[in-house]
Amino acid sequence: MYSAKLRTLALATVITLTGAFVLAAYYAPIEADQGFSQKIFYVHVPMAIVALGGFVWGGIQGLLYLRTRDPKHDMRSYVAIHMSVILGIGVLVTGGIWARSAWGVWFEWREATLVSFLIVFLLYCTYQPLRFSITDPEKQSRYAAVFAVTAGTFVPLNFIAVRLANPFIHPRVLNNTTGGALPTDMKIPFYLALIGMTLLFVTLSRVEMTHKLTRGRVRGLERRLERLQGESDPAGLPARSAAPQVMA
Amino acid sequence: MTAAGPRPPRTTPTRTAVAALLRKELLLERRVPQVLPAMALFSVVTFVVFRFALDTTSVEGRTASGVLWVTLLFAAMLGAGRLFVADHEEGGIDALLLAPVDRTALLIAKAITFVAFLALVEVVAVPVFVVLLLEPGLSIADVGRLALVLLLADIGIAVIGTLFGALAIQTRARDLILPLMALPLLVPVVIMAAKATAPVLAVTGSGAPGGRYLAVLCLYDLVFGLLAYAVFDFLLDD
Amino acid sequence: MLTLAANFPDGSGYVLAAYLVFAALLLVYLGITAYRLLGLEKRLTKLTEEVDGLERQRAHDATASEHEEEVKLS
Repeated sequence: MYSAKLRTLALATVITLTGAFVLAAYYAPIEADQGFSQKIFYVHVPMAIVALGGFVWGGIQGLLYLRTRDPKHDMRSYVAIHMSVILGIGVLVTGGIWARSAWGVWFEWREATLVSFLIVFLLYCTYQPLRFSITDPEKQSRYAAVFAVTAGTFVPLNFIAVRLANPFIHPRVLNNTTGGALPTDMKIPFYLALIGMTLLFVTLSRVEMTHKLTRGRVRGLERRLERLQGESDPAGLPARSAAPQVMA
Repeated sequence: MTAAGPRPPRTTPTRTAVAALLRKELLLERRVPQVLPAMALFSVVTFVVFRFALDTTSVEGRTASGVLWVTLLFAAMLGAGRLFVADHEEGGIDALLLAPVDRTALLIAKAITFVAFLALVEVVAVPVFVVLLLEPGLSIADVGRLALVLLLADIGIAVIGTLFGALAIQTRARDLILPLMALPLLVPVVIMAAKATAPVLAVTGSGAPGGRYLAVLCLYDLVFGLLAYAVFDFLLDD
Repeated sequence: MLTLAANFPDGSGYVLAAYLVFAALLLVYLGITAYRLLGLEKRLTKLTEEVDGLERQRAHDATASEHEEEVKLS
């Protein structure tokens, strides 16, 4: 049931992302200000946007869970945040590499977007420990949803606050993405990479959810089998066994 | 006698419930002072630690603002961790759930209590800070400006502290997880509060705090206040 | 990628490193997923074996009881 959809998704992801990166390498022009190292932009920025979108999506799903109490939404919220944290590691590392190549430092505190992202990332790092430290499954989902909603609201607010904290010192390519001042031959690979990254997020989320559901089913089967074995176990419950009943 | 309403007649109005809960909190703290002395003492000790950690006998401007806010924030974390402990251990939350009152009354009462605690701690900690570490001293106008920033920041800290204190109390690792969750969430408050306080504490002619910082603090208080109001219900067990 | 690096020596190492980080992240994720899949497969194998054992036992029990019934009848 999952496999056909997943295969299409995975294929689309691979084609789009590869296409975007090839275009970024050969078609997109070398940026005048930063030279070749600006090409990091095509992997770093889409990853960051998708990760932030994933955090907000996790918050929306958390809200839906609180309203409907449908475990499906809890699962989606969990997987979205989980994948976004993984992407977040990539964002921070590639961002560090970019900062190093452009400004000679591994982390640039004056770059508001990078700083905001670090704060958001640190916040979401506590999501998993929070879930693990609540034993009751229903309570765990509920509390995780409250966290997801609060943190999801925090994401945009935090960006406003950090942007206000310091005047722009490096109004570089990052600002161009929102302003739309990007030249067309940079736009095409960038948006393609963004689509590819979104597809990657969706694909990996599906894989993760399929895995979780499968694991749940296996666990269910194990429990059922245990019960069956308990019933047929002659030492444990002799009267329930088939053969003695026929004898009586 | 207006019994002809859709709502059950025996529901206590939220305002009455909040007042009763507030009285309970303050009475508890007055009878057995636990949180407040700890928070105040922690602040003073932290100032002493800063004196040696920074290896300086006086601070001003941005450093002064930073020392003050780090101290107050960590003292607040200490308080937030204790906010629901008594209710959790003595079954106060269960008792409240049995009572015919709106559940958000608990949030409002706790947040007001927390703001009051923070204000009381600051009444002790800020003068100690001025005496021990602050180089320029404070004029009357400065005290007013500082009080405004403190109040706005306290509301934000109290809202987040109450919400996540209630969340963390149900977890196994509550003391570990609360600052981990609350500190990143409070970074915008620290940014704005530190930015707004720095000119007030500067040695070279104190200035008024920037209006936009105060505006963002207000926005933060408003957004998270409404959010906490909306989601607090889900943190209480049926 | 290597030819590109030869053409644009300035900062190409950083670009390569950034894309490699992305690739490594995906690979690590893939590796973890594969590892978890292996664990799932092991559990399923154990489950299958247990079901087989149960079926065999049931069949054995059934034939045994049939045999006993036959003995009784005769």
